[in-house]
Amino acid sequence: MNNPETYLLEMNGICKSFPGVKALDGVDLKIRPYSVHALVGENGAGKSTLMKCLFGIYEEDAGEVIFNGQRVHFSNPRQALDYGVSMVHQELNQVQDRSVMENIWLGRFPMKGIIVDSRKMYNDTKKIFEDLSINLDPEAIIGTLSVSQRQMVEIAKAVSCHAKIIVFDEPTSSLTEVEVRHLFRIINKLRDDGCGIIYISHKLEEILEIADEVTVLRDGKWVYTGKCEGLTIDKLITLIVGRELNNRFPPKRIQPSEEVILRVENLSGEYMPTVVDASFELRKGEILGVAGLMGSRRTETVETLFGIRKRKGGNIKLNDKKIENNNARESKSNGFALLTEERRQTGIFPTLDITFNSMIANIDKYTNKLGVLNEKKIAEDTKWVIDALSVKTPGCKAKIQNLSGGNQQKVIMGRWLLTEPTIMLLDEPTRGVDVGAKYDIYQLIIECAEKGNAIIFISSEMPELLGISDRIMVMSNGRVAGIVDAKTTTQEELLRLASKYL
Amino acid sequence: MKTFISPSKLLKQHSIKDVIINNAIYIVLFFLFLTIVLIDPSFLSLKNAGFILSQSATRMIFACAIAGPIVLGGTDLSAGRLIGMAGLITASLLQSPDYTARVFPNLPRLPIWIPILLAMIICALFSLIHGFLVAKQKVAPFIASLGMQLVVYGLMSVYFDAVSDSAPIGVLDEKFTGFAQNGITILGFRLQYIILYAVVVVALVWFIWNKTKLGKNMFAIGGNIEAANVSGVNIVFNMLAIYVMAGLLYGFGGALEVARTGSATNALGQGYELDAIAACVVGGVSMRGGIGTIKGIITGVLLFQVISYGLVFIQVNPYLVYFVKGAIILIAVVIDTKKYIKKK
Repeated sequence: MNNPETYLLEMNGICKSFPGVKALDGVDLKIRPYSVHALVGENGAGKSTLMKCLFGIYEEDAGEVIFNGQRVHFSNPRQALDYGVSMVHQELNQVQDRSVMENIWLGRFPMKGIIVDSRKMYNDTKKIFEDLSINLDPEAIIGTLSVSQRQMVEIAKAVSCHAKIIVFDEPTSSLTEVEVRHLFRIINKLRDDGCGIIYISHKLEEILEIADEVTVLRDGKWVYTGKCEGLTIDKLITLIVGRELNNRFPPKRIQPSEEVILRVENLSGEYMPTVVDASFELRKGEILGVAGLMGSRRTETVETLFGIRKRKGGNIKLNDKKIENNNARESKSNGFALLTEERRQTGIFPTLDITFNSMIANIDKYTNKLGVLNEKKIAEDTKWVIDALSVKTPGCKAKIQNLSGGNQQKVIMGRWLLTEPTIMLLDEPTRGVDVGAKYDIYQLIIECAEKGNAIIFISSEMPELLGISDRIMVMSNGRVAGIVDAKTTTQEELLRLASKYL
Repeated sequence: MKTFISPSKLLKQHSIKDVIINNAIYIVLFFLFLTIVLIDPSFLSLKNAGFILSQSATRMIFACAIAGPIVLGGTDLSAGRLIGMAGLITASLLQSPDYTARVFPNLPRLPIWIPILLAMIICALFSLIHGFLVAKQKVAPFIASLGMQLVVYGLMSVYFDAVSDSAPIGVLDEKFTGFAQNGITILGFRLQYIILYAVVVVALVWFIWNKTKLGKNMFAIGGNIEAANVSGVNIVFNMLAIYVMAGLLYGFGGALEVARTGSATNALGQGYELDAIAACVVGGVSMRGGIGTIKGIITGVLLFQVISYGLVFIQVNPYLVYFVKGAIILIAVVIDTKKYIKKK
């Protein structure tokens, strides 16, 4: 039945829209048995969305999924697993305090009467491990294993379900070279057993090594499918990037001065994964973009700089004076502000109103000697946030959770602007923000720089990095891979730097 | 990708400091025990061992019962009142037939298993409602169980008031008190039957936790409810089963408790849940859910009982005993948190 000429899985014309965004627009993906099929594209190109549609986490608007010649529709990952479609996640979803074998057989324990048949579970697990040459104790506790070993457990789980399609999502992002070799041996074994493997990765060298075929997505559209034989990295990069930059960015009228305001020397964090030995400087009025792949630890870098992650070594000099930034309070009083990446988790107070969300970082300024808040001043500043940032809201008493993502982000930008920071650290400020609001946010960032402040701007979207940064620092695996001039660099150069230390 | 630090990385470093931190609670308790023995060496006697075991028996049952909801990631503040309700029901139905002032004068002499079973079923029903609120309605377990606590207390007090006019229900059928209090004495060590029942219950709960699907699923739900869900575990059903099991044990333990003490009022069971939770925490059951062993729970109960009995034995001010107990719980929780905190 599994003739290599027919497809094992076909996804045809998949469309998926979210409010304001067309995330997938008629995407095709066809997987053969006995093959590894790479799925590539920039962050936000639609790879994850496509996989979520396959596994029933999202409901596609249009299109069909054909598995083993039959039209199927999975309503949840468990159902997909029952059919033999499984995924090894980048963020491993396991029960930390239980054993390897319990994690593998969870939800379908072998039973002997009312007793869970531990011996069968042990032997079956052992057998799968032997088949895949995984050297692990089935009774080891998951939490004591390395990421690589835990990934092996996930693969074994897929195999134990007789999976025919196994999706690997960025499987090598936290593995060492030796571990990657082991993983590839396992993947090759699965391919030889007739599985169809979907391999999602940003690492193009790896893809050319392991994959038989590749599909490229860009901006939610299908761009290319073909054999890997004969492809080069350059050709692949052109296919992935392949778009023109147009005027989606407000103009920058003032050039940054030569005066260095912040100097960071050999910054390293204490707990892995973290920033390693990063040095860079920031000039007055400058926007320093930070590029990098997922897992390149850009977030960890700014969080270490802001003091919410423990610093192991390195110096931070503000206007040539050494500062410590040991915690957020200290950093704030040194004129730093951090707009965090996870807006929902660490940014907004969802059930509270715009006023509260605007003033909370600046609360000392509104407090008089008796500890009483100045309501009038708060109201004025909230009004300023709403007007200056053109926040679309019914009023300052609206709960922030009822605003769109873009407007929430503007309120948080406003919150930090009220603290009058000299160094703004912005971590993916436009993620999940619609196009119109993006422009407003770019405008704010540029205005802030023009006032003589300095900005570190992390983004996974190359065009916006190129569009509004003065210089771009590229991070790779926790290190600074290079700092380039935004005007003269190209996306190809950035991509190459981003994989420098992989 | 968000940071990922496996707790193992932190636990793997087996430095002396970590060993001390991981066992700090036992070290503290050992020194307390040593102090008690030094002050009064006669504490070390078989007679005292028998006392402590008898007093621990029902507490072990309660701790094993409440540990289920805790491992699921919740808690159960209604346990004490359910225990009291079970005690009241069995006491009122099992008074001595020769006693003239019985609350139900016309009640025939019942076989003792009928009221015990009735109490267990009633407790299980309340726990089922509690479990439904938590598992299905997603009510925070603290609040759900607090509400249940008041509801149960109200109902049992109304019952108490109605049947006995708020006078303690005593003079129980000696078949019933004997069921718990009888036993055998070897060299001054008195082994009451109640200890054997506790051993049976503990063995049963150990079996369910370690050998059955329900037990494995309980740990999975408490450890990572999302992972359990995508693996196809029926979250609601398994949670309900654990709550019902807890209810049945509260009922059985409550009946034994009243057989042991010989009388009941509506105050019976007050605060028992706190002792049970404390024993679990000291025994290494994480309030975050997903972690706990029967061995640890039993150790927790026994240590607590030895310390509180011992402190009373050497005539420490009883108020100070509260202080010591509280301090032990706090140390245990601090250590628990230290073990699992994510460093960044």
